[in-house]
Amino acid sequence: MEFLLFLVRRGLWSILVLVGLSMVIFVIARVVPGDPARMALGPTATKEQVADLQHKLGLDRPIVEQYGLFVAALSHGDLGRSLLSERQVTADIRDSFAATFELVVATILLAMTVGVPLGIVAARWKDKWPDTVVRLIAIFSAVTPTFFLALLLQILAGYVLHVLPTTGRLEHGTSFVPDITGLAVVDSLLRGQLSVTLDALRHLLLPAIALAAATMGQMARITRASMLEVAHQDYIEASRAFGIPDWVRVLKYTLRPSFVPPLTIMGLEFASMIGNAFVVELIFSWPGMAAYGIRTILQKDLNAVMGVVMVSGVFFVLVNLLIDVLVGFVDPRVRIRGAR
Amino acid sequence: MAVLSHQNQEARSANRRDRDQESAASSADRRDQDQAAPRRVSTAYQSWYRFSRNPTAVIGAAIVIFCVLIAIAAPWITPYPEHVGAVVNFKARHLPPTLAHWFGTDDVGRDIFSRVIFGYRISLLLVVVVLGSAIPVGALLGMMAGYFGGWTEIVIMRVTDIALAIPPLVMALAVAAVLSPSLVNSMLAVAVLWWTWHARLVYSITRQIRTQEFIEAAETLGAGKAHILLREILPNCISAIAVKASLDAGFVILVGASLSFLGLGVRPPTPDLGTMVATGSSFLPDKWWESVLPGCAILFVALGFNLLGDGLRDLFDVQDVR
Repeated sequence: MEFLLFLVRRGLWSILVLVGLSMVIFVIARVVPGDPARMALGPTATKEQVADLQHKLGLDRPIVEQYGLFVAALSHGDLGRSLLSERQVTADIRDSFAATFELVVATILLAMTVGVPLGIVAARWKDKWPDTVVRLIAIFSAVTPTFFLALLLQILAGYVLHVLPTTGRLEHGTSFVPDITGLAVVDSLLRGQLSVTLDALRHLLLPAIALAAATMGQMARITRASMLEVAHQDYIEASRAFGIPDWVRVLKYTLRPSFVPPLTIMGLEFASMIGNAFVVELIFSWPGMAAYGIRTILQKDLNAVMGVVMVSGVFFVLVNLLIDVLVGFVDPRVRIRGAR
Repeated sequence: MAVLSHQNQEARSANRRDRDQESAASSADRRDQDQAAPRRVSTAYQSWYRFSRNPTAVIGAAIVIFCVLIAIAAPWITPYPEHVGAVVNFKARHLPPTLAHWFGTDDVGRDIFSRVIFGYRISLLLVVVVLGSAIPVGALLGMMAGYFGGWTEIVIMRVTDIALAIPPLVMALAVAAVLSPSLVNSMLAVAVLWWTWHARLVYSITRQIRTQEFIEAAETLGAGKAHILLREILPNCISAIAVKASLDAGFVILVGASLSFLGLGVRPPTPDLGTMVATGSSFLPDKWWESVLPGCAILFVALGFNLLGDGLRDLFDVQDVR
């Protein structure tokens, strides 16, 4: 019951954040540029043409009314038309979002499944060599620019070792279209085409490693710190006194509460992960939303850019909501405290 | 009584003289003495002592100081300072690293080593501008939210939460899309939301110390709001802010480099590390030095700030700052 209340509060709060986000985007898209109509038409347009477009876009109305119209359109999933593709921005983003989603999910899984065990190892052998190694990995993964790591991986795996494909989502000429969930790995499995799944995974690996590195290092550090903190709690002492076996103590009583900080950090890290996805998608020619965003930014395609920013923000808010739920499941104390 | 205290004082100053003379004493000896008479060692010396025993912090500080110095001295120490501009020398293009060109030359024959050092100027300028605007704004808003509570807290912290939902790089891209790409605009783009992180940090510290006695005492004595915020609360936040600022500096450099890598930052021919990696990457893997060495240069300075931040965190014992 308390947990439900907690979730409702968090849900309402997320909606408020989204409203705020829409205001920020409105300000960037409509207020900062001065005159979007003039910007869209270019310097050669006549005054009448500009006035005409201003009227058509509703730019001659009061700013509050404009915002109202903007939100009304937004609630229908209408972000306006892209100047570049002349299609609805929502349609463009829907087409490219699945690829980004696939990449991001793979990245999170990779960061978690590698980062958390590294942190556990570092905590178990604190101040011994495994701890030092993990610390070095964490520091270097935090300070290596994502685009640099992506380039290095691309050269190493693609051009020097020839082990992995370096661009795209599937082998060139593959006719497979992911049309069930949009995720190439999942759809090919559902259709029973294992060779395509393998191919999709091979394409996914390098971009996911490049994107996961920074978060993985953070995960390892945070997991180490929280394991060590939990290990000093009284109830761990008590479990030792009661003669509960080591592995039960570590896996059940230390590890479970230790999961909470890495999870919450993952939520915050997610923001910079979306940002870095722009670079990674560009380098690996990954046909995702970020690659679309970069193309439209260079073309000054405002509606499309704001659509990408909005979707990134919504994605961030939803992931954090999901993480709140997960944290509630892992740590019952959060459920009770959060409800208050 | 008076005589006694006088004697004591004399003894103490004599001791101090002794200590000054044996500055070369081993660290173990010194620790013993510190424990015996902690009052005699100045706090500045104590901090320096602890700092110098922390290899992470020392290496980090050395890297940061080194990078700042070479960036300042760039026009005098670089072998080809004229290569900063739009110099073209096709005879010398794509030269691998040699003694004449430590980092090789780029696609129009400019010395990459010289350009990397000048590139540090842009990176460090970005750090100064972004953190110089983000820290005062964030600290002030965070303190206000934490100390005043009520509506001030709700408004400030909710705005902060909204701002956190926009990834810094995405925000910078959006700003770059609206305004034309340039050095000033990319700084603006990175700076505009950066204060939120500092606001959150300072807010959580202020919340923790708001109810402590010294704040209450100041309030009872009739201290003004400004005095309480700036003289009572702020000093308690300084060490956490310093750690955060150092860790942030590396991150600002990475975001700035990513922006210019995407072609949305500094315009050519101004030397910028991200731009250099981007330009050089089209000649990979044969002409590896053109992108790999500038990339390593970014890594190097970011590593310095990160190690320094890590070391300061241990030093100030503010473990929850990331």
